Amino acid sequence: MKALQHSSLLASKRILIGKPGLDGHDIGAKIIALALRNAGAEVVYTGLRRTPLQIAQIAVDEGVDAVGLSILSGSHRELVTDVIEQLRVLRAQGVKVFVGGTIPAEDREYLLQLGVNAIFTAEMPLEQVVTALAESLS
Amino acid sequence: MNRDNSVRTSAVLEPQLRGTSPSGIDVPTCVDADAADASSVGRPGDYPFTRGIFPDGYRGRLWTIRQYSGFGTAEESNERYKFLLDKGQTGLSVALDLPTQCGFDPVHPMARPEIGKVGVSLSNLSEAEILFRDLDLSKISTSFTINGTAAIIYAMYLAVADKQGVPRKLLTGTIQNDILKEYVARGTWIFPVRPSMRLIADTILYSNDVSPRFNPISIAGAHVRDAGATAAEEMAYTLANGLAYVEELRSRGGDVEKFAKRLSFFFYVHMDFFDEIAKFRAGRRLWARLMKERYGAQDPKAQHFRFGVVCGGSSLVAPQPYNNIVRVAVETMAAVFGGAQSIFTCAFDEAFQIPTEFSAELAVRTQQILAYESGIGRSVDPLGGSYFLEQHTNRMEAQIIQIMDEIEAYGGVVRAIEDGWIQMRLAERGLERKLNTDSGFNVIVGQNQFRKDDEEIKVGEVFQLDPMAAQRVLEKFERVMDTRDNAAVQRALGRLSEAAAQDHENVMPYLVDCCHAYATVGEMVDCLKAQWGEFKEPVNL
Repeated sequence: MKALQHSSLLASKRILIGKPGLDGHDIGAKIIALALRNAGAEVVYTGLRRTPLQIAQIAVDEGVDAVGLSILSGSHRELVTDVIEQLRVLRAQGVKVFVGGTIPAEDREYLLQLGVNAIFTAEMPLEQVVTALAESLS
Repeated sequence: MNRDNSVRTSAVLEPQLRGTSPSGIDVPTCVDADAADASSVGRPGDYPFTRGIFPDGYRGRLWTIRQYSGFGTAEESNERYKFLLDKGQTGLSVALDLPTQCGFDPVHPMARPEIGKVGVSLSNLSEAEILFRDLDLSKISTSFTINGTAAIIYAMYLAVADKQGVPRKLLTGTIQNDILKEYVARGTWIFPVRPSMRLIADTILYSNDVSPRFNPISIAGAHVRDAGATAAEEMAYTLANGLAYVEELRSRGGDVEKFAKRLSFFFYVHMDFFDEIAKFRAGRRLWARLMKERYGAQDPKAQHFRFGVVCGGSSLVAPQPYNNIVRVAVETMAAVFGGAQSIFTCAFDEAFQIPTEFSAELAVRTQQILAYESGIGRSVDPLGGSYFLEQHTNRMEAQIIQIMDEIEAYGGVVRAIEDGWIQMRLAERGLERKLNTDSGFNVIVGQNQFRKDDEEIKVGEVFQLDPMAAQRVLEKFERVMDTRDNAAVQRALGRLSEAAAQDHENVMPYLVDCCHAYATVGEMVDCLKAQWGEFKEPVNL
C-alpha cells in the first residue's frame, strides 16, 4: 500500500477546486483537493452545483492562484467558457484555469484555445498533475 | 505493430499473486475442508440464502438482461429502446438528464448546458408519453436511475400507465430512489436528509399498495464503490442505508412483511472475482438475518436480498479500450456466480464516450453468450461448497459487519451523512485507490502495467449527440406551458403543498395528480422545497 505522499511543491499556492453545473460526481475533485493539499497548497473546495459566476466570485474573494474545474457531465464546453468569461468580467484573468473530468479528445483543443492551462484526465497520475500545476504556477 | 513494454510479470506485480484481496481479506495459498467452515451454507432457497434466494436459481428464471440507455430527447430515446428490445434486451433502463435528476426545468439557467447530456430530459408528462410511445408498459420492466426526483418520476410513470390504459398493478420495474448514497457519492440530492427519508417512505408505502410488482427502491452501493470503496465497504454502506430505510418505514407504521418484499439492491461488480462473489453471498446472508432476527420478518420473501448489478463502471479504462470487453465478461461471470437478479453490462467504450450502437449491442451479446452458451447458470451456486469461497464469504461477512458497527458507533448513517463523516472516509479511500493505481500496485492492464507507450486511443465510430436536441426540448417545453390548463396545475400544486406540510400525509397521490395536470418536475420540486428546504452540503475536506 502506497503511503499518501507529502511534499512542498505547491507551498504558498492557493487553489480553488470547483464543481460547476449539476454534475454530482465529486470524488475526482475531492481526490485532487486532498492531493494538492498534501503537496503544500491551500485548497478551497466549492462543493457541488455552483454557477460559473459563483466560482469566479469565490476565486476572487479567496485570492487564489488557480481554479481547477471538475466536470464529468459532458457540459465542459459551456461551463468552462462561462467561468473564464466571469473571471474576465471580475478582472481576474491572472487566475489560471485547469480542467479535469471526462473530456473527449476532440474537445481538448477547444478548451485550450479558450485559455485553459491544462486538462487532466482520470488516468493521469496525481504526481504528474501536481508537477504540472507547480510548473505552471511558478 | 507496437511492442509492449513488458509481457512478463515484474517484481511490482508479485504481491498481486499472493497476500490479501482488495477488500483487505487474507487469502491463503490453499484452504482445506476443515478451515472452510461451510456448515451454515445450506441449500439454495433455504434461509439464510447464502447460496441464493431460489432453490432453482437461473433454471427457474434467468437474470434480467439490461443496459443503461437514454439520451437527448424522448423521441431519440424511444427509438433506442425499440432498438434494444429488438436485440433481445428484456428490460429497459432509463437514464435521465441532470436537470430532471436535480429538479430543474429545462428553462432554468442551471439546466441549459446540461439538457439531454447524460440521459433523457423528462420535465413533464408529455415527454414521458413520447418516451414510452408504442411500448406496452404491462409487458416491459423499466428501471429508472433516479433519486432526488424519484417520487415525481414514479408518479409520472403511473400517469403514463393511466393514459395508456394499463392497470397500475401490472407495472414492473424499479426506481433507484436511494437518496442516502446521493449525499455520499452521486450528488443529486435536493432536500435535507430527514424530509428526503420521509419522501422515500411515501413512495414505498404507496407503491406497495398501487403497484405491488414494482420495486420502489433500489438501495445502491454502486456509486460509493466507483468512488473508491472496497467490495466490503460497498456492501456495508449499502446494508446500513437499507436498515435506515427500514427504520423509517417502521416509524411510519409500515409492515415489514409487506414492504421488505419490495426492497431491492444494486451494486457494481469490479474485477476481483472472488471478492465480488463473496460480497454477494455474504450480503444476501446478512440481510436475511437482519430482517428475520432484528425485525422479525417471517415470510422468506421479506428476508430475500434481491439485487441488480452493473458490470464495468470505473473498472473500465480508456487506454486499450478493447480490453474492457474482457473485463465486462469476467465481471458478468462473477455476478452470475453471486446470484444477481438483473445485470447491466457496460459498453467497452463507456469510459470515454456515450456507447455506440455497436458497443451497446456487444454488451448485450456478452450476457447472452454467458447465459446461453457457457452453461454457467445451469446449476444453482455451482461454486458453493468450494473451501476457498466459503471461507472467503465468511471473512467478507465479518468485515462487512465490522464496518457497519463503526457506522452505528458513530450514530447511524443519517447523522454520519449530515456531518460529512462518510463522505470524508470515502474521499480518503478514493485517494488511496488512486495512489495505488498510479503506482501500479493495483494492476490495470494497458494503463499502469503492460502499456504501449505510443498508443493512441482509437475507436471505430463516435456517437454524436444531436446539437439541436436541447433546442427541441425547450420548444416542446414551451408548447406544453402554452397549452396546459394553468389553473388546474396551480390547484394540484396547492394540494401538494398542503400534503407536504403534514408529516404523516403521503404526498404520492398529489404528485400523480400534478403529473396528470402537466405540472413540471421543477414546479413540483420548488413546491416541496418551499416546505422542506434544501440540503446544505457539508464541505469539510
